[in-house]
Amino acid sequence: MNKEEIKEKVISILKKYTRREEVWENFNDSSDILNDLKINSARLVDIILDIEDEFDLEVEDEAMDRIRTINDVVDMIAEKKAEKKD
Amino acid sequence: MKYKKRVVITGMGVIAPEAESLSAYDEILRSGRSLIRHVDELEEFGFEAQNGAIADPGIDPENELLRLFEIDLTSDFIKLAVKAAYNAWQDAGLPIPDPDSEEVDYDTGVMIGGVISGIEQLVSKVVPLLEKKRPRRLGSMIVQNTMPSGASAYISSIFALGNQAMSLNSACSTGVDSVNWGYHSVASGWAKRMVVGASDAYNPYSWAGFEGMRVLNRSSNHAPEKASRPMSASAKGFVPGSGAGVLILEDLEVARARGARIYAEILGGFSNCGALRGQGSMTFPNREGVIRALKTTFELCEIKAEEIDYINGHLSGTMADPFEVQNWYDAMQLKKGQKFPYINSTKSILGHSLGAAGALEIVATILQLKNGYVHASLNTEDLHPDIEKRIGREPVPLKRVDFPGMRIAAKANFGFGDVNSAIVLRKYEE
Repeated sequence: MNKEEIKEKVISILKKYTRREEVWENFNDSSDILNDLKINSARLVDIILDIEDEFDLEVEDEAMDRIRTINDVVDMIAEKKAEKKD
Repeated sequence: MKYKKRVVITGMGVIAPEAESLSAYDEILRSGRSLIRHVDELEEFGFEAQNGAIADPGIDPENELLRLFEIDLTSDFIKLAVKAAYNAWQDAGLPIPDPDSEEVDYDTGVMIGGVISGIEQLVSKVVPLLEKKRPRRLGSMIVQNTMPSGASAYISSIFALGNQAMSLNSACSTGVDSVNWGYHSVASGWAKRMVVGASDAYNPYSWAGFEGMRVLNRSSNHAPEKASRPMSASAKGFVPGSGAGVLILEDLEVARARGARIYAEILGGFSNCGALRGQGSMTFPNREGVIRALKTTFELCEIKAEEIDYINGHLSGTMADPFEVQNWYDAMQLKKGQKFPYINSTKSILGHSLGAAGALEIVATILQLKNGYVHASLNTEDLHPDIEKRIGREPVPLKRVDFPGMRIAAKANFGFGDVNSAIVLRKYEE
């Protein structure tokens, strides 16, 4: 799975937690999940659960704390996927 | 009461089975149409009492404001409350706030009660995951959907309400107590406006406790509309229901200043507890406590018992009904020649929606007061002989009675824990 494919799946997960469609009219890889996409911070734990299910991996709390942007999520998933292969 | 401020009702919203608007609710009450149905799921779960009245918690996809909040909501208790609050807010002609604005209305508060409230979330969500030893999988929304104050929290968020946002539970007295709490808050000046009411949703897990107690009517599965029989000689237990009722209470001066339509005035209310003494137990009232609660209510509201035109009883369809009527009779102490007022049970139509019942019944009382009728108390063809002996047949309407001159209505609920709550409403007079 390449990064573009990962990103597509991440965005479809994030869309479940955005209250307004408008936030998706203007976004890019470095859009901040809480500030730009206006996702409630409590929802990060739900997003992580969805990622674990979708990508079949485990995300520890420290990794969760480092996530700010869409890019951060995609990189984290790509790294974990690579580790798994090793 | 000793307060200086007068408190009026300027908006109402209900979510009942087959009625999500006041006009639909009014039509059901007027026509005396039972909303009780056979619930197949209860049969599947092994209930012997299989009837119920189920209100729809689904949020209208066209409702742009509520849709913003829907993604967080898993609790039907909160969804019902939020829908009823939205209807009440709109009915009161209040402006829908901009969800992006930082402005907070610190003069308006919210008090939404519930008996089972969100705790069914523990059964439907927490239990299955904990049995698999995976609490982490619960995610973030479980606590706010479980906590009884969740409905008030969401309503304050939706309408930017910055006064108190709390919940209250006094078993089947919850609805009346929540409205009374709002009354006292506005009358005392704590808030200028209160969004008050109660909600309780259908859930077989929470209804099962009443099945276990053998307090539900198990003998009418094939005739659901005959199952809820308050005041009847053949009453065999209550029929569980669900829904939400929400009212907007305002300081009369505030309501007048904005030119609000006024449904009725709250003259006051009072609650007490029989302390499980005398005949009182967890499930049956101490007579002395009930009579005291009713008498104190009349005194605080500065009305004479003979001024009461109509009583909306608690009357749930159990063996307690004749005792309730006797208690009203004894508390009122009418003199010879004074007629006992009309009395009916809205539960004969809606079933008993636990905490929500009182709120839905207060809305029903106000609609009857404003529109001048007393709805039929269904299934009273065989009025209990003790009731007939005490007050006669005439006060219990088998069919709707038109009563345009109705002026003062009393409403009470009595609940587990030997709690008694009453409120008095008067047609609005300048």
